[in-house]
Formats: sequence, C-alpha cells, structure tokens
Amino acid sequence: MNREEIIARLKPIIKVYVDDKSSLDHLDESTDFIKDLKINSANLVDIVLDVEEEFAIEIDNTAMEKMLSVGASIAVIEQKLADK
Amino acid sequence: MNKEEILDHLPYSKPFLFVDTIEEIDENGVTGSYTFDKDLDFYKGHFKDAPVTPGVILTETMAQVGLVCLGIYLSGNVEGGLPGHVMLTSTAIDFMKPVYPGEKVSVIAEKIYFRFKKLHCNVQMLNEAGEVVCKGTVSGMVTNKMNG
Repeated sequence: MNREEIIARLKPIIKVYVDDKSSLDHLDESTDFIKDLKINSANLVDIVLDVEEEFAIEIDNTAMEKMLSVGASIAVIEQKLADK
Repeated sequence: MNKEEILDHLPYSKPFLFVDTIEEIDENGVTGSYTFDKDLDFYKGHFKDAPVTPGVILTETMAQVGLVCLGIYLSGNVEGGLPGHVMLTSTAIDFMKPVYPGEKVSVIAEKIYFRFKKLHCNVQMLNEAGEVVCKGTVSGMVTNKMNG
C-alpha cells in the first residue's frame, strides 16, 4: 500500500471528527490534527481506534503519541503493516 | 484501590459532589448511588416553584460515578499508575423521567473501552422504583492534571 492509498483510506476516518469540512480540502502529509483540523485529544483517540480497525493493525501507546499529523500517522501505519 | 479510597480521591465537595456510595466496581464497570438533597441551591430556580433536578446535573451525576470513579479505579490499578483525574470530553444522553428533590438514584456504568487514556462508557440512571431515568454514553480523558 503506498502513501496515497493510505491517505485515501485515512480521509473518511478523519472526516467524521472534523466540523469544518472545508479544512479537509487541502489535506496532505503536513496536516496537523489539532492545529489544522481542530480535533481534540479525545477524538484523536477515536481516530487511532478507527485506524486500527481499518488497517487491521494494533497501535501501542508510544506509536499513538506520535500520530499528531497525517504524515506521522502514515509512517506509523506503514511501520505496523510492515511488522505484520 | 478500594471503594473508600476512590471516594476520598474524588476532587469534588458539596455542593458539587454527586456520589454518596459505590456499591460495586471492577475492571468492567461501576454501580454507585446518590440522594439529591432537597435543599440543593439549584432547586430554587429550576424551576420557579416547581423543583426538578436539571438534566445537566443528572449528566454530571452519571459522569462522576461512571467516568470519574471508574477512571480513578482503572488508572490507579495500572501497574505503577497513579490514580488520575478525569476530564469530561463528550456526552450523549437521553432523558426519560424527572428526578425530584430528595430522590435517590443509582448509576450503572459499563466500560466500552479504556485506551490511550480515554474512557468511554455506557451509563444509565435508575430511580428507586427501578425505572430508567436517563441513559446514554459519556467519555473522558484520564489525566494527572486538574485543568486540562
């Protein structure tokens, strides 16, 4: 799975937790969940749980703490998929 | 942690403590109860001459039992963990029946998940007749800080 494919599967997960849907128009790897998308820490947990389900991976606390942006999340997903 | 230690760790006092006793608590959930003192200040205004417990207070009561007591228990039981505080992050509650001054209610909470410090629970409140007064879901983040 390449990074574009991961982003395409991440987008609908993230969308659920974003109020201002227009902020998703220019979603890219630099997009920060808290600063750019105004997602709170509780919903960040929900995104991580949804990511686990979507990609059939298990995310540990250390990896979760890194997942603050789209790019960092892709890196974690790629790593966990490679470890499977 | 035992029930007494959890109650002692609650960061509330009168007039904003809405837990009298914890009946049962384990990894999966908690049952607690509270009797609404008829002299609580908000009854003077909610409503004028017709006191009924506000829905926000019922929600708060469910959160104090279902999220805060359970969150303290779960965080205190993690190896090396300190009992934390719980910041409310979301609620979705349906209200079925009024609760009048002096009524005793029971709150039953079931953990849906506790991961990455987020506790998400199903909660329901029963009156003394055993009728469901309100029910829904509550979530919060377990933290070591009081002000987020």
